[in-house]
Amino acid sequence: MTHIKTINTRNLCESAKKGGCGECQTSCQSACKTSCGIANQKCENKNAK
Amino acid sequence: MIHAYQLGGYNIVLDVCSGAVHVVDEVSYAIITHFEDVPRETLLAALQDAHASDPSFRIEELEACYDEVLALKEAGQLFTPDTFAPIAGDLKRRTAGVVKALCLHVAHTCNLNCAYCFASQGKYHGERAVMSYDVGKQALDFLVNNSGTRRHLEVDFFGGEPLMNFQVVKDLVAYARTLEPKYNKEFRFTLTTNGVLIDDDVIDFCNREMSNVVLSLDGRKEIHDRYRVDYAGNGSWEKIVPKFQKLVQARGGKNYYMRGTFTHANPDFLNDIQTMLDLGFTELSMEPVVCAENSPDRLTEEDFPILCAQYEQLAALMIRRRREGRPFTFYHYMIDLNGGPCIYKRISGCGSGTEYMAVTPTGELYPCHQFVGEERFKLGDIYTGVTNTAVQNEFAACNVYAHPECRDCWARLYCSGGCAANAYHATGTVTGVYRYGCELFKKRMECAIMVAVDEQLSENGDD
Repeated sequence: MTHIKTINTRNLCESAKKGGCGECQTSCQSACKTSCGIANQKCENKNAK
Repeated sequence: MIHAYQLGGYNIVLDVCSGAVHVVDEVSYAIITHFEDVPRETLLAALQDAHASDPSFRIEELEACYDEVLALKEAGQLFTPDTFAPIAGDLKRRTAGVVKALCLHVAHTCNLNCAYCFASQGKYHGERAVMSYDVGKQALDFLVNNSGTRRHLEVDFFGGEPLMNFQVVKDLVAYARTLEPKYNKEFRFTLTTNGVLIDDDVIDFCNREMSNVVLSLDGRKEIHDRYRVDYAGNGSWEKIVPKFQKLVQARGGKNYYMRGTFTHANPDFLNDIQTMLDLGFTELSMEPVVCAENSPDRLTEEDFPILCAQYEQLAALMIRRRREGRPFTFYHYMIDLNGGPCIYKRISGCGSGTEYMAVTPTGELYPCHQFVGEERFKLGDIYTGVTNTAVQNEFAACNVYAHPECRDCWARLYCSGGCAANAYHATGTVTGVYRYGCELFKKRMECAIMVAVDEQLSENGDD
């Protein structure tokens, strides 16, 4: 590709196959308590990557 | 669906459903943003005409670029269709009845009297109260007994001010540690404090037992002391800052956050972040205030462009400091493009009311800390469990596709429909959308992704 650089990302469609273990942190628990998002959470499933 | 935006000198294209992120040149940007609406020949001819004097828009370049876009589409990295709606709710169904996190309100009382407190000075619209050891112990038993095969359990000591009931906090942690080997669990504790009661004993305990501490500081002294005052009206900044510095210094790299709130009084919150940095703190979180519609603290429409500019300047500051070898973390810009949450998590949301609940000093259960004191949302108690299944079902059904306004939003898999409490307080339903918070979130995500892009390109030597 000469016009487009693709950044390394987790493929969400693939994650549907191995994801969903539920071990990840509850989103609001760590710092914000008032305006949570999901994207800044870590995946705890070591087998999913 | 894609989202294309220009920020920090980058043209960034997000492929919403695959999660792919692309950095593109001007030619690709022009093609991608019209790709779905205009046929190939028409589009390329129009671009060639519009940029007749620009050699990068020669027809050969346009043709080659269009083919790159097509290849990415075929590889499932651009214009990926949304096929996730059928699995929405699947994670919650799969984990129904499993509780993995509790917010323990160990003190519905506070030694500060902050005007903007969403918990009405820690009382949550009720009487002052502290949690007894017996209630806390029962709450931990409730958590373990309802956690199924989940290994990681999270407990946040919250208030009001949890250090006003410090002995119970210490005793509950000691009790939880006895449960870990017995039930094959790992507790992760967090304590959120205003800092007033921090002493050497607290520092030693927190640094030994707390996975994370959240330290409330609003930044500049005059901003902090405007709201965060004691009952005599004295600001708390001078008193708490040295304590926070001592705690963080002793923490030895373990997680902490300086957590500030910005309001209509300080939409220029980057100055508060700068103050935190000047004080030596590097793990930072600044949150927009959550308050009643008629409050003078509430962020206004006039504040909005100021906040957006501040978020952009914050992103630029982070990039600059990283390059100078002085990095810092901003909670909302933490985004791991490679190892972030799976699609189930992104669809199912924060887990309030199902896998996450708040426990009051008397043991009542609420969907989260922000619903405590709102009688309609009381789910049950730690003795009999969840009895208000009607309300719990509302939360169980609250995935991102349950929000009609989120279905066509590019940020839906980054926010998962947003905060249920904010939605309820803004619209009267947990499946509504708190529009102002939503627009700020989108701005933060654009900035966060740009910062991550810059970091990845630097690591690859591409910047």
